[in-house]
Amino acid sequence: MNASELRKLFPILDQEVNGHPLVYLDSAATSQKPIPVLEALKAYYEHDNANVHRGVHTLGSRATDAYEGAREKVAAFLNARYTEEIIFTRGTTTAINLVAASYARSVCREGDEIVLTPIEHHSNLIPWQQAAKATGATLKYIPVQPDGSLLLEDVEATITPNTKMVALTYVSNVMGTVNPVKQIAAIAHKHGAKILVDGAQSTPHMKVDVRDLDCDFYAFSGHKMCAPTGIGCLYGKKELLEKMEPVEFGGEMIDHVDLYESTWKELPWRFEGGTPIIAGAVGLGAAIDFLQEIGLDEIERHEHELAAYAYERLSEIDGLAIYGPSKNRSGLVTFNLGEVHPHDVATVLDSEGVAVRAGHHCCQPLMRWLAVTATARASFYLYNTHEDVDRLAAALVKTKEYFGHGIG
Amino acid sequence: MELDDLYRRVIMDHYKNPRNRGTFDGDAVTVNLNNPSCGDRITLQLKVEEGVVQDAKFQGEGCSISLSSASMMTDAVKGKTMEEAMGMAENFSCMMRGQDVDFDYDDIEALSGVKKFPARIKCATLAWNAMRKGLERPESND
Repeated sequence: MNASELRKLFPILDQEVNGHPLVYLDSAATSQKPIPVLEALKAYYEHDNANVHRGVHTLGSRATDAYEGAREKVAAFLNARYTEEIIFTRGTTTAINLVAASYARSVCREGDEIVLTPIEHHSNLIPWQQAAKATGATLKYIPVQPDGSLLLEDVEATITPNTKMVALTYVSNVMGTVNPVKQIAAIAHKHGAKILVDGAQSTPHMKVDVRDLDCDFYAFSGHKMCAPTGIGCLYGKKELLEKMEPVEFGGEMIDHVDLYESTWKELPWRFEGGTPIIAGAVGLGAAIDFLQEIGLDEIERHEHELAAYAYERLSEIDGLAIYGPSKNRSGLVTFNLGEVHPHDVATVLDSEGVAVRAGHHCCQPLMRWLAVTATARASFYLYNTHEDVDRLAAALVKTKEYFGHGIG
Repeated sequence: MELDDLYRRVIMDHYKNPRNRGTFDGDAVTVNLNNPSCGDRITLQLKVEEGVVQDAKFQGEGCSISLSSASMMTDAVKGKTMEEAMGMAENFSCMMRGQDVDFDYDDIEALSGVKKFPARIKCATLAWNAMRKGLERPESND
């Protein structure tokens, strides 16, 4: 794979920011979109746009085929057993909320446990806090190692026969750690618990096989993997989804409607109330084609190499602290530059055309655990190059000079 | 975009040598305010007697812009009536919107460069918003 060539397919990257060629290092927040995805959206709106599942007319069938075709692509992409195990949502947050509001609230009772980790994104934390409050269940946390990794013995010690639900991230959006979710799923299942995997940071960057992981639920967002914002997915095992009540009601999701009672459509549509995110799904399908053509293994290899290179280059800067493991990290590096606040770091980097994220990364408990209020994060994708990392390193050296004393 | 517009010498001085950092013993109007988008937080204390801000102190965590702004604000409100202090907060908002505004306490004008950095305006206004909140209901401790 040739990142410099691929980069040309992302028109947004070809611009100057503050007088410098843009170096976009914030793909963990959202990725940029390649021409094939932009063209798929344009083609859909120029030729096929109509509402789905109801039109007798030709455009209605084309739009339905495009929407349901995207679902089949997602199912194959995740290696789901059945296409109806794929529910389109607004993103990871909505997908997790659906499971927490429907499945968790129906199975959890007082005395039951919901097991999480302290490194979760707020989107995989707060829905469970709310479910626990509503059901009387208790939240429990698997302890984490200083580098953000999990030990299976700690997982074993935390999950008990009272655990009904385990929810954790596959890849940490701050630490860059890759969790052993397959082994954790086996431990959860041994105790009769179900497991939800937050795939927001894994799905764009590595091959995911939900059957091999044997996870019960898997959630991800399209916009971090070259698709538009506003589309994501929940994968759920069919036998679990079939038992779940919808949480949104209205058009599209009903079978028979009476004045006092109604019944629901079959899977997956019962969870997709209202006009669905049709163009978003089409865009997601195009993004999946695009990523698969390059190869997820290739993308993963490229990003790991870039992250290792970034780790090496940034380690050379005196006073710069890197969070997370030194090896086996996914494509992001979270850091602080001495006493310089990450906002100030990000502002100086931006003045050099380098875009990074600064803040708590929607992980306030993790920030407290790291004993920092905020961090800066550079995250990579298939279009980033070694030169981007060199630009980051040079801009950081400049930041350090600019803020003078107090570092190193 | 010129970085020096943002990070003027006077701002870096307040950042590195913050005035009025700390807490009061005894009664004071206390306000805790966060900037949830970035994690910055401030605890502001105001000593208000007979409608006049006698003294002000702050503690908190944040970037150079939010901390220097808090340092300047706590210096600037001392001895002002509540009304005058609220007026200053309003003037500060006007400055962030790009208007030319004068302050008795000249240092504050150094923050006018923040208006060119839209993402940082929230950093600059945090302390001022805390002050407004405290003076709107000075009898109730947050």
